[in-house]
Amino acid sequence: MADKTAMIRLENMTKIYPMGKRELTVLKGITLNIKRGEMVAIMGASGSGKTTLLNLIGCLDRPTSGSYYFEGNEVSGLNSAQLAQIRGEKIGFIFQTFNLLSRITALANVELAMTYSGGVDHERARDALAKVGLADRINHRPVELSGGEQQRVAIARALVKNPSLFLADEPTGQLDSHSGEEIISMLTSMHSERGITLLLVTHDDNVAHHCQRIIHLKDGEIIAEEDV
Amino acid sequence: MKKRLNYLGNIWSTIWIGISTHKLRSILTMLGIVIGVASVIVLMSIGNGSKEDILNRIGSLGVNLVTIRPAATMGFGGVRGVPGQSSSTLTLEDAEAINELPYIKVVASSYSESMQLIANGENLNSTVNGITTDYLTVNNLSIASGRTFSNFEYNQGSTVAIIGSDIVDTLFSDTDPLGQQLRMGNIMVTVIGVLQSEGQSFGSADSSILVPLTAMQQTVAQPRTANGGHVVSTISLEITDQSYADTVTNEVTTLLRTRHQLSTNAENDFSINSMAELVATVSETANTLTMLLGAVAAISLLVGGIGVMNIMLVSVLERTREIGIRKALGARERDIWTQFLTEAAVLSLTGGIVGVIFGWIVSVVVSRIAGISTLVSADIVILAVGVSVAIGIFFGFYPAWNASRLDPIEALRSE
Repeated sequence: MADKTAMIRLENMTKIYPMGKRELTVLKGITLNIKRGEMVAIMGASGSGKTTLLNLIGCLDRPTSGSYYFEGNEVSGLNSAQLAQIRGEKIGFIFQTFNLLSRITALANVELAMTYSGGVDHERARDALAKVGLADRINHRPVELSGGEQQRVAIARALVKNPSLFLADEPTGQLDSHSGEEIISMLTSMHSERGITLLLVTHDDNVAHHCQRIIHLKDGEIIAEEDV
Repeated sequence: MKKRLNYLGNIWSTIWIGISTHKLRSILTMLGIVIGVASVIVLMSIGNGSKEDILNRIGSLGVNLVTIRPAATMGFGGVRGVPGQSSSTLTLEDAEAINELPYIKVVASSYSESMQLIANGENLNSTVNGITTDYLTVNNLSIASGRTFSNFEYNQGSTVAIIGSDIVDTLFSDTDPLGQQLRMGNIMVTVIGVLQSEGQSFGSADSSILVPLTAMQQTVAQPRTANGGHVVSTISLEITDQSYADTVTNEVTTLLRTRHQLSTNAENDFSINSMAELVATVSETANTLTMLLGAVAAISLLVGGIGVMNIMLVSVLERTREIGIRKALGARERDIWTQFLTEAAVLSLTGGIVGVIFGWIVSVVVSRIAGISTLVSADIVILAVGVSVAIGIFFGFYPAWNASRLDPIEALRSE
């Protein structure tokens, strides 16, 4: 509450998964601040805990211990319905594997996001697809679209809710370099034009250097932060 | 209001996505319910139809009919007393007394005797009924051709006869029976009427030979009781309304016991059967039969319900990733639960409606081809559709709960 500009504040957050009799500690006390309007990359090797961190920030999961303030409100103690509401209204996800429903059209996929936040509005869904350059492909199903186009549908789906936070988990991981560039420039311009807070998990240094800050994770700990 | 409509719209589009994108599976899910509901409709319509049939046949005998017969005689090695023998205690005079009771419209008596009939060189042993003039009215019999006898003819003891269609076939095969002579015992009677055929039915009148009781007395010595009454085999009454059946039965019992001078602990020497009573018994039996048929069909509906559960479980498994995506987009557990539950309910409701239509068609076809009466009534339709929706919700509950409890991260990771 104190710091209005802090979009996300994590205090000594841990995540431990039970693995049969043993426990697997994925995050070992993460303390992190992300300001409103920032564009931050999280980098690290596989298994460093970056996706788990992103899932926690995206309210898809709850931390084992520690505090998480989202827009100044403690959310680590919220129930699943309240977390779902935050996901629906405040957060737009972009996944490496796009995660579109394959049997319905691009437009229906975008409208799906609106189902759980405020209600379907065909005009806004069309606008969102137009903004990502897919105005002429709204009635195509994902299988009829290229990887880059599918990811653009996913961006439109995130965009249509007008969220305050974008979370992208290796958004270019399955794209060729040209499509990857397109997606990154699209995300960058959304950030600069709309002031959306953007958190990006990536392996790719080129992608990371579009961001303002890079956080390096290793074995569940932040080992370095650099400003670009 | 608008928000609510929007919410309903959302649910509908969500479910439509689920159903329309898996058409074959949705159809297969519905099939179990379709068959279940259709068999409920068909079997229960057959049950209802045969009940209507039976009641109509009883109705053709007259629902207001009350029949009084002598009590079956016992103690002769099980040999039944021949009508008209000394065991018969009912008399014409009893009938006249009964006629004075309230709620009674008409009273008729008949005296039956087995006799040899000869006509056209054909020979037949049959029961001949000597009847009073109102016998046809009371027993709901009608004349197909010719006429009945008049009061005048009755009083005169005219030797005329009204015969059933089976008798016509046997004695007069191809010729017109009207006006023909028939030897009955030692008198000749003239056929003046033929009864309307009733088909195969209770105590068919088709094999009847009816003559005026006064004519019968000319050839058969009608027995008399000790105090001089004219013995008859049956007394039949038409009451003003079937609701008085019990009252009339009681009144007649009291009257006859007094007239027959029975002591208080003696058993009745007559028995009274009312059609109203028979109708009640038969409809009760028929309802039991219908329920039984319905229960058998309900088992197939239950199997259909298990099919819904089975396929919904598979559907949840197959759509795990979709559930993950929906949850990432902000779907609450309740939303997912509602989605799958409503999907199951919509599938089984649709199946139920298709089943009703299908069952209806089958029951019409069955009645056309097999000649069985069927009756699809509104309550069966409502019951079948209601039950199918209930089954969808009941068997959709567990899969929907499973779906709603999926962990979004796990779900997103699944293939």
